[in-house]
Amino acid sequence: MANPCMRSVLVLAALWSATLADAADIGQIKISKGQVAIEREGTTLPASVGVRLQTADIVKTGSDGSVGITMDDDSLLSAGPNSVLSLDRYAFDPTTNRGRFDASLNRGTLAVISGRIAKQAPDAMTVRTPTAILGVRGTTFAVSAND
Amino acid sequence: MTEAIGRGVRWFSVSIACALLTACASSGTVVLLPENDGRATAVTVRQGDKEVVLDQPYAAAKATALGPRSYSSSAREVDAQFGAALAAQPSRASSFTLYFVEGKDEFTEESKKVVDQILSEIARRPVPDVLVVGHTDAVGNDQYNDALGQQRAETVRAALMRLGIPSTDIHAISRGKRAPAVPTADGVAEPRNRRVEIVVR
Repeated sequence: MANPCMRSVLVLAALWSATLADAADIGQIKISKGQVAIEREGTTLPASVGVRLQTADIVKTGSDGSVGITMDDDSLLSAGPNSVLSLDRYAFDPTTNRGRFDASLNRGTLAVISGRIAKQAPDAMTVRTPTAILGVRGTTFAVSAND
Repeated sequence: MTEAIGRGVRWFSVSIACALLTACASSGTVVLLPENDGRATAVTVRQGDKEVVLDQPYAAAKATALGPRSYSSSAREVDAQFGAALAAQPSRASSFTLYFVEGKDEFTEESKKVVDQILSEIARRPVPDVLVVGHTDAVGNDQYNDALGQQRAETVRAALMRLGIPSTDIHAISRGKRAPAVPTADGVAEPRNRRVEIVVR
């Protein structure tokens, strides 16, 4: 167990099983105003309040739209109008709080309050824009990405 | 070989185009916001091999062709640019703690009052989901305590379901001995750490 290599194998295995368990449910739409949609595997779904999110979902808001999301690790993401937010990668083990969260803001505005993943390991959460990569050490910030 | 060079040239042209576009379009800003409870907070902003660290309220960075440029933003600027995104921010999670009468599946008198607070917090939220988190003291190994914490969480989950909360909205998890309310050395029995935390979000 003291072997660092063995330990990382175990951590990866734990993350992997956490990913499998949570594959269908990584967060939930808590607030949805105006035009908001989810793109999932090539189809478009309405992003109404209460809808649960999956890894690789892309959340899009129209010119009058805004959306608020609570992730399983208590991260809060909210996007303003004309935004494209992609939940690229998410793994979270609620017992150890270990995990990985990578999101992308391809366009628009996003406010973030980081949750338990970033609190447990400061390098475990990133937000990408077309120009920059943000490393989230905690906790609350806002980011924009222009066309 | 030629193809590789062609690819290289194309990649190079794309990079230049991106750099020019970035310079023209003033693309992207990041602003660190004040934390309500005054906790230290920071975000790093990296463009290629250039990085800036934002660690003061309203510290900000703008993407430029030469990398991220630091500047100071303000509450007014943030409101103008991010007002709609901030207005859509969900409520933060609310957390409550329930204690058991020692050796029983029964809440203490104090905790029975907390149950009422939990129910009104759930009622206040438009689409509540409830996380029931079991904690233990530091007696025993992780495997034992993870199972014990899970058992405590499941007991409380069942109690909340009896109070009418839909099972699909309540999840039971265990943190075992990892997050004590009262830090102790390993192996120490501490009743205040044998608890269940209810997170409503």
